[in-house]
Amino acid sequence: MSIFDQAKSDPRAARRLAVAIVFVQTLLGAGAQIFLKGGTQQQRGEGLADIVVTIFSNPQMFTGYALYGLSAILMVAALKYGELSILYPIIAMTYVWVTILSVLIYAESVNLLKFVGLTSIVCGVAVLGMSSPSRK
Amino acid sequence: MVFGAAFIGSFAAVFLKGGADRLHRHVSSIWTNWRLAAGVSLFVLSSLLYLKGLKNGELTILYPMVSFGYIWTLLWSKLFFHEPITKNKFVGLALIILGIVLLAFSKQS
Repeated sequence: MSIFDQAKSDPRAARRLAVAIVFVQTLLGAGAQIFLKGGTQQQRGEGLADIVVTIFSNPQMFTGYALYGLSAILMVAALKYGELSILYPIIAMTYVWVTILSVLIYAESVNLLKFVGLTSIVCGVAVLGMSSPSRK
Repeated sequence: MVFGAAFIGSFAAVFLKGGADRLHRHVSSIWTNWRLAAGVSLFVLSSLLYLKGLKNGELTILYPMVSFGYIWTLLWSKLFFHEPITKNKFVGLALIILGIVLLAFSKQS
């Protein structure tokens, strides 16, 4: 029996699956932001046409937006199995990944405030992830 | 502007959830699904507004306002999908919002 079949009959399995999908989604979303951050410096203007031209002429921007699209599809997949009020706030994990990636790639500094903030987000996501599935 | 973006973004999530609930095996259930289309459009709109706000605003105001989106979503989840507001959701959300506010301040200094 696949995990998807299991999710149909067991609400706990469904919630686990949904949380796992959103978790992957935040990783992709963070990757998208990093690519876009690297790409926006080369963007010419701010009009819609400029954005479209940039997407198709700049591999970094293309990858960034493609990852964004993929992460949106994953979000819909997750929402099929889980509660919106649990899954939506978990997207905040994106902040955590972006900060970690920025430190690794762009050598941004981490101060105490940033560290405490990230820890707080991680704890919040953990608390949400542990909340038991509700009966309707 | 960012306040609007967060508000619209929370509604985007509501439509995506409504659309996702109506998805099934048949592929046509993807493009005949007006809720998904509405959700994606609102999502794009809110991202554009957010980017515009990001250009002229201060992070210490922007980030906490984005957090409001999470509170809206909690309310809509209760209202439209009858998802209960549990202690875990309340505590988890409070920690996340606190974290985002701290992040905003850390980037300011």
